[in-house]
Amino acid sequence: MGCSTEDLVAALRAAAEVVIDHRDELVELDRLIGDADHGENLRRGFTAVVSTMDGGGWSGPASVLKAVAKTLISTVGGAAGPLYGTAFLRAGAALDGRAELDAPAVATALRAALDGVLARGKAEPGDKTMVDALTPAVQAAEAAAAQGADVVATLSAAAGAAADGAAATVPLVARKGRASYLGERSAGHLDPGARSTSLLLTALATHAGGAR
Amino acid sequence: MNRRVGLVIVSHSAKLAEGVVELAQQMAPEVRILAAGGLPENGGLGTDLDTVSAALERADDGEGVVLLYDLGSAQMIAELAVEVLGDPGRAVVVDAPLAEGAVAAAVSAQGGSTLDEVADAAATATAFAIGETVDELFLGANGHDHGHGHDHGQPSSSGLVELDIELRNEIGLHARPAALLARAVAELDVEASVRFGDQEVSAASVLALMGLGARGGDTITLRAVGPDAQEALTRVAALAERGFDE
Repeated sequence: MGCSTEDLVAALRAAAEVVIDHRDELVELDRLIGDADHGENLRRGFTAVVSTMDGGGWSGPASVLKAVAKTLISTVGGAAGPLYGTAFLRAGAALDGRAELDAPAVATALRAALDGVLARGKAEPGDKTMVDALTPAVQAAEAAAAQGADVVATLSAAAGAAADGAAATVPLVARKGRASYLGERSAGHLDPGARSTSLLLTALATHAGGAR
Repeated sequence: MNRRVGLVIVSHSAKLAEGVVELAQQMAPEVRILAAGGLPENGGLGTDLDTVSAALERADDGEGVVLLYDLGSAQMIAELAVEVLGDPGRAVVVDAPLAEGAVAAAVSAQGGSTLDEVADAAATATAFAIGETVDELFLGANGHDHGHGHDHGQPSSSGLVELDIELRNEIGLHARPAALLARAVAELDVEASVRFGDQEVSAASVLALMGLGARGGDTITLRAVGPDAQEALTRVAALAERGFDE
């Protein structure tokens, strides 16, 4: 089962609404080890994404993802804007020319997103950032796609790995981003960026099947 | 009208970006230096991709653009602007101290340097070029140790020419005179250094020249190798003679 452009738009809208619903949780996580703006920044950005998804006129999955990227870059601010923007931008570029998504394409797009975040943010696994959720998610998606999983199962595998990866940030000492200013005191808390990445992938997995 | 590499100053603050442009523009009047600071809607603090992309387009004279930034996410926005440009050969984001990097890049661009050279000038702005660069510069040309017998404009067997130059203007090698000297050298096919006291720095580096601390009444030694070495001496001597037009 593939994922059409319409399915992708619906899934992204649903994922955006999940992020908006988790504003307070992300604010609280960021208050503990950052500057308490992640939840509000993402609420603002993904509210704009919902509007963008209402736009229509898509020429394929790539155009949708690039529009999300542009929206996030211009509305989120802080470091999360360019980072999520780069992730969606690269994922879109990796899907240029495709009319719909199959599982290998999803894995390819996620890998491109991760590469973009690594290049832009210069974080490595273990730095207590969104990379700690995205890296295992990409590996799980690639493994699932290689074993013949469909789009939903591939995204579900990615979402499960992202949730585990986010949970594993709790004991870590932050080495990138605002939380790194806290040094040892950043340990013992869930990283808000890893959490928002996990939320997004889980929502995409839940909604990527469309209404079928 | 010669085309030159352009500069974009990416900052969270519109005022900071404009101030850096003002500073760099003074030393490089013909270089396109554009400020891309602050948020468009309310002028608040932040960096905006569309603002940076627009500045990038306007700064590009066909020779490419160097982007400099102030803090963390400004770097990411600058890199994104280059990424969405889709032509990585046209623009480069340089990690450099903002003010020093902008001045060094602007003077380099004014002298007609290539994109890579301007980027390098920014990146090495605070490497004060004392010793290392100059030693490399003259390694081939100046086999003997720093001989004190100045040739005073006459080429030695190595092709190295030297000239003692008295600074007649009151402030000596301050920002503007240093920029004029560096530009005079940058326009020529020459490798040159300036020696003052026991320091010797690249004549192409404004910041290094300023770092010498040479004041009015002091005498510096210009040393040059290359096809235009003699011309470099002549031009800088004329500049100093005119008091750097101050």
